[in-house]
Amino acid sequence: MKIIVLAKHAPDPESEISVASDGKSVSQSGLVYDINDWDRYAVEEAIRIKEERDGEVVVVGVGTSCDDTLRKCLAMGADRAIKIPVDTSFDAYQTAEVIKEALKDEEFDIIMAGLMSQDLNNAQVGVLLAAMLDLPVATAVAEMKVEDGKVIAKRELEGGYLEEVELPTPCVLTIQSGINEPRYVSIMGIKRAKSKEMKEVNVSPTISTLEIEKMYLPPVKKAEMIEGDASEIAEKLIAIFKERGLI
Amino acid sequence: MKVFCIAEYRFDELNPLSIEILNLANQIKGDGTAEAVVIGKDVGKYAEELVKYADRVWKVEDDALENYTPDLYVDVLLQLVEKENPDLILVGNTSQGSEFAPYLAAKLNAPLATDVVAVDTSDGVKVSRYLMQGKLMVDLKLKSTPCVLTIRQGIFKEGSEVGGEIVDAGIKPSRESKRKFISYIEPEVGEVDITQADIIVSVGRGIEDASNIELAEELAELLGGVVAGSRPVIDNGWLPKDRQVGISGKVVKPKLYLALGISGAFQHVMGMKDSELIIAINKDPEAPIFGVAHYGVVADLFDVVPELIDKLKELKG
Ligand SMILES: Cc1cc2nc3c(=O)[nH]c(=O)nc-3n(C[C@H](O)[C@H](O)[C@H](O)COP(=O)(O)OP(=O)(O)OC[C@H]3O[C@@H](n4cnc5c(N)ncnc54)[C@H](O)[C@@H]3O)c2cc1C
Repeated sequence: MKIIVLAKHAPDPESEISVASDGKSVSQSGLVYDINDWDRYAVEEAIRIKEERDGEVVVVGVGTSCDDTLRKCLAMGADRAIKIPVDTSFDAYQTAEVIKEALKDEEFDIIMAGLMSQDLNNAQVGVLLAAMLDLPVATAVAEMKVEDGKVIAKRELEGGYLEEVELPTPCVLTIQSGINEPRYVSIMGIKRAKSKEMKEVNVSPTISTLEIEKMYLPPVKKAEMIEGDASEIAEKLIAIFKERGLI
Repeated sequence: MKVFCIAEYRFDELNPLSIEILNLANQIKGDGTAEAVVIGKDVGKYAEELVKYADRVWKVEDDALENYTPDLYVDVLLQLVEKENPDLILVGNTSQGSEFAPYLAAKLNAPLATDVVAVDTSDGVKVSRYLMQGKLMVDLKLKSTPCVLTIRQGIFKEGSEVGGEIVDAGIKPSRESKRKFISYIEPEVGEVDITQADIIVSVGRGIEDASNIELAEELAELLGGVVAGSRPVIDNGWLPKDRQVGISGKVVKPKLYLALGISGAFQHVMGMKDSELIIAINKDPEAPIFGVAHYGVVADLFDVVPELIDKLKELKG
């Protein structure tokens, strides 16, 4: 069983966020990068399947500075990494295109991607790649089971419902958070990861379907703010509860 | 503009978002048309509902389309799009829509934008969407038509009736689906039904650890309410799945929704925004939750909640 996992080195939306001076991109200052949260679950799931069924987990990263994330995935237990050192734009087609090119010589059973990236929230790359490769796809996978030649996946729907589907391999799955509990990266894992292969594949995107016009802080309707020290705040909250007949 | 809107239904009910995307289509069509497409085995009743808001409804019916599969949806849509040449294809940003829309776009080589909240067609196609989990917005220009957009729920609720015609598209799938539908699985029922609670103390990732849930439990008990949580809290196993508030969890409408350490991602907000009173405590003054809350407190929840507990205890004697 050979599983390809797409892992993005992505800024955490909880870090300090502002718009760069060009008005079209996110300012890099204050951004904290890590493996995209949804991809962590995908890497974990792939490694679990490998531990059960043998085979290989290959992690793929796009970006000139994605080494840390790829090493982290190797430390979790991926066997080797493919780095595509190109900074693709907001246009997810570009990311999908370079991944498709880089995987040209790889045979695989499953490609797993996170449901979306924590920074762009596009939820596109996995499905675009599936379409480009003409493979069946299932998104928001919350539970899965691999059998010979097929995958049984439970996809998350709205309102707590799931949909159980069956896909032949090779196929593409995008993984929803909570499917498993991703392991911590151990010191041993980090040591072992150093000797693992990280191959660079140089490809550049050719597609361009959209253009960023501007980036800005969203207009928000602001709540009435309650100020003071913790004790004053508590007093004021209790006053509101009383006024509303809640207590 | 000729705008196609792909309808969605499940468990015998049309998704209200299908009407919302028609409302949007009617706003932006100019002297063009707003046309719905409904795919399935027996879709007549959905077509009847849709046609009130559409200039035309295309029915694509076949036994093989009884259950949604992305490959067959894309297969029939490609045939219809080739025949009818729409400029814009609108899809709901749902579990289903956000699955087949990118596949369709890729097969059409069409520009794609997902989770869109505003569309401007006065000069080409421009859209607005959030990124960074709601903390930033971006305006995008799509370079060519047709293009595919998935539209966020709850934005285009207002619209007027149009009243058009229902047409049988006469299109059949040209292949078999590689992906097979097996079944729907209902959510498990737990001991507490958060949808019935008047007071909800809801915790987010800011609660930091399973052991801190106790704090929320204590507060909830003093207020006569229940504890619920955002998705990461459930993903981490700190609360059971049936306590999740949001799009993939439950929709709640209590008298008081106290959000502790919740950022206010759209998927969460969809589950609680209609609560009568929303109070948010968050360290980050820029947290999007303050955009939906009635009252906001910028503070560490671990400072405020214990104070609140003490004062409520005093009050109760
Ligand atoms: C298809 C899909 C479905 C989803 N469905 C749901 C859903 O049903 N429900 C849901 O909730 N999410 C859902 N999500 C996830 C959603 O996008 C967010 O990731 C999630 O809601 C974030 O939860 P959070 O606010 O608890 O965590 P975070 O976004 O990490 O926010 C934590 C917040 O806590 C604050 N904080 C930290 N420490 C403290 C402190 N000591 N005191 C005060 N404040 C503090 C921080 O400032 C921050 O704002 C879904 C996502 C997808 C893609």
